[in-house]
Amino acid sequence: MSLTAFLQYCLTGISIGGIYALIAIGYTMVYGILRLINFAHGDIFMMAAYFMIFAMTDFFLPWQVSVVIVIVATIVLGVVIEWLAYRPLRSAPRMSIMISAIGVSYLLQNLATYLFSALPKGYPEIPFLKQIIHLGNVSTSLVTFITPILTIGLVAALMFIINHTKVGMAMRAVSRDFETAQLMGIKINRVISFTFVIGCFLAAIGSVLYFTPRATVNPLSGALPGIKCFVAAVFGGIGSIPGAVVGGFLIGISETFIKAFGYSEFSDAFTFVLLILILLIRPSGLFGEKQTEKV
Amino acid sequence: MSNILEIRDLVVSYGGIEAVKNISLDVPEGQIVTLIGANGAGKSTTLKTISGIVKPKSASIRFQGEELSGKSPDYIVSKGITLVPEGRRVFDNLSVAENLKIGAYLRRDSLKGDMEYVYGLFPRLKEREWQMAGTLSGGEQQMLAVGRALMSRPKLIMMDEPSLGLAPLIVKAIFEIIKTINEEGITVLLIEQNANMALKVADKGYVMETGEIKMEGTGAELLANEEIKEAYLGKQKK
Ligand SMILES: Nc1ncnc2c1ncn2[C@@H]1O[C@H](COP(=O)(O)OP(=O)(O)O)[C@@H](O)[C@H]1O
Ligand SMILES: [Mg+2]
Repeated sequence: MSLTAFLQYCLTGISIGGIYALIAIGYTMVYGILRLINFAHGDIFMMAAYFMIFAMTDFFLPWQVSVVIVIVATIVLGVVIEWLAYRPLRSAPRMSIMISAIGVSYLLQNLATYLFSALPKGYPEIPFLKQIIHLGNVSTSLVTFITPILTIGLVAALMFIINHTKVGMAMRAVSRDFETAQLMGIKINRVISFTFVIGCFLAAIGSVLYFTPRATVNPLSGALPGIKCFVAAVFGGIGSIPGAVVGGFLIGISETFIKAFGYSEFSDAFTFVLLILILLIRPSGLFGEKQTEKV
Repeated sequence: MSNILEIRDLVVSYGGIEAVKNISLDVPEGQIVTLIGANGAGKSTTLKTISGIVKPKSASIRFQGEELSGKSPDYIVSKGITLVPEGRRVFDNLSVAENLKIGAYLRRDSLKGDMEYVYGLFPRLKEREWQMAGTLSGGEQQMLAVGRALMSRPKLIMMDEPSLGLAPLIVKAIFEIIKTINEEGITVLLIEQNANMALKVADKGYVMETGEIKMEGTGAELLANEEIKEAYLGKQKK
């Protein structure tokens, strides 16, 4: 492999890794606060792609406006899902809410099939983001180049919110102990909704970045990326945001190189091998806390 | 003397099992009132219900004349009731300073003076301001839990077994703090296993058994009562 090709693959891997990181954060934050694996997260990411088609293809809106609409619609979808499918189960056993999440995942996939058909739909062209730029010998589309930068910026902003603002402090408190958080006067439902807002905001941006270089979307488009990002979150230690970011980049870079070496058919399986290995060797993940059962 | 808190006919059940069976109690303003009783008597449940984190089956809970039964925990905190929960429950993933700040979550004014006040009461917390609360000793965590509760500027502070599992010297310090807080005008409702110490500081006491109030009286009366001596004070007598 030539140096140029190597750099090219690095950039591609880092870019897809950044997208995985954005989605993995949604899994890890919801898990951190509700101890729930939100199986519907990948499908929310898929729905975000359809919102983009709606805005740009059906309503002919400029991409800048469409991105804003996608973000808002995705956030509304996530918050409504939490409200309808998870909140009523707040004091139910954890298994019930997990099953509810699986149900929502299938519901979204089938809803998308019903509304948009199972046939792939063309994802709108965003020429600005697809323009080719040259960095020395490496040439790449703008979206590939800005994805990791955007990811790092968003993660930094998120860490700031969590560690240095009042709502961030409330999120950390709620993630540790619902009852005591309530005793402080914190409205835990609001904090949980806010967590979904952040997760869906990042998934919406991830969706635009992920689908822009791809031609089409179908109702199952969110399933595989969703699982990969879930594995990224588990790898990093579910509940840990830095862990999700590292996990996302690791999976993105690994699968890109696996493809580069000609093992494309193995690149998805790699994710699952990784999952099995983590669960065997270090179930709490890279940055995960020791298993503490929530009281 | 007027009662800051009046509870009438409080019934609380957990899935059909009645943990609190129709109790009534009064907390006079400015006093220390203690609620003693064996494990499982329903003491913690009573305090959690006052805080709004457990919903009663039926009750009248009047605080400064306002009916609070059925109100949300944040509303109840905003009215000036705070609970130092059993087992301290400090946020171990937050620093000491953040634990104090979160105690004042509903307040929008400056916290500087209050933080200084709490650090004045508990100088050890000041030294450990930036440490994660999880790294504190049990006694320090209890101080932090009390300090955190004070940050909401309560009129009534409820404490659930603050001396549980602490060394005798620390228990003494905690009781000193309870007296200090009370002298500054905050009404105290205290649950204790350590009935002897609790009754000594209390103006008034209630004895709870299997969800019911069995006896009430001034601290001194209950201390002198033969039945109570036998049931609750026996082991603690030195
Ligand atoms: N969350 C709960 N769910 C079911 N039962 C509970 C719960 N909390 C307490 N209980 C029961 O209610 C009764 C009173 O408990 P509690 O109020 O904690 O007593 P105390 O504080 O006096 O030791 C006990 O029998 C206890 O087992
Ligand atoms: Mg108790």
